[in-house]
Amino acid sequence: MDSVRSGSPVDRPGRVGYLPDRDQLLMKLVVAGPFGVGKTTLIRTLSEIATLHTEEAMTETGRPVDDLAGLPEKSTTTVAVDFGRLTLPGNTVLYMFGTPGQRRFFPLWQDIARGALGALVLADTRRLADSFEIMDMVEEQGLPYAVAVNRFPDSPDHPSEVLRAHLDLHPTTPLLLCDARERDSSLDALIALAEHVLDTLPAASTDAEERP
Amino acid sequence: MNAVPRRRMVPAYLATGGRSRPGTEGFERLTVLFADRTDRAEPPAELEPEHRRLWELLRPGALTVVEAAAHLRLPVSATVFLAADLVEAGRLHARAPIPRAQQTDRSIVERLLVGLRALR
Repeated sequence: MDSVRSGSPVDRPGRVGYLPDRDQLLMKLVVAGPFGVGKTTLIRTLSEIATLHTEEAMTETGRPVDDLAGLPEKSTTTVAVDFGRLTLPGNTVLYMFGTPGQRRFFPLWQDIARGALGALVLADTRRLADSFEIMDMVEEQGLPYAVAVNRFPDSPDHPSEVLRAHLDLHPTTPLLLCDARERDSSLDALIALAEHVLDTLPAASTDAEERP
Repeated sequence: MNAVPRRRMVPAYLATGGRSRPGTEGFERLTVLFADRTDRAEPPAELEPEHRRLWELLRPGALTVVEAAAHLRLPVSATVFLAADLVEAGRLHARAPIPRAQQTDRSIVERLLVGLRALR
């Protein structure tokens, strides 16, 4: 007989996707972009577990616009951060975190991005400028990134050189089109990102542990 | 047992009030938490409800801090406090996301790339 649960139970224990092994190597990528650009869709497409989220409390410093005393008002907002998990061959687990793209969430962004290998920035051709803020944040964090234009049915098609110019991309920053609803397309976006991250790292050299 | 179950007015995970708590420095979202496989016993009586929930969640298998937080509907920071308490009490184990410190960044990204390509 099951033991009587005390306290509030975990929601549906049978649905908890435990890690199959304790010795895996866990790594993290962030999927960043403005609201509604498809971050959660891409994570859901690739994740082996139902996407989860944490509620992150954020203290925002408001603008002292109408405040005669000039004291910035502080308010606390809760932001849901979605994430998913993908086990890769080779005893490796990839965690993908969707991060909000607004500057006011910069401290939260920094906290989540710490230790990430890179960022996939999603953009929508109908509103490219909405991705500028997050691109600035990614660059400030020093995280290598690739830009994936998530294609929506009514998205206008632009030549990539036009998109690159609009996004002011560094020549080495990958730009690709993807459909966040499709697994292979989403995988391709992450592969392009991983290739780029590898390019940014110094070539294997003096590390004794490096395999020949 | 004659002890009356005590319930803090402020839950343990809030009692820290944002102060740094010794023992939480090494924890991050991807820290892996797990219980002893042999630990089939009932939850220790001294555990407070929030600690007990985390311990029970992890009894069947390992999860990262962020997954435990999501399942328990707790903030990540609160989950770290609970985990640190349980690790300190010898009820849970924690390990870093990258088990062997000698892994280089490059070898990690290579594993990512090889793994992603294999799924394609």
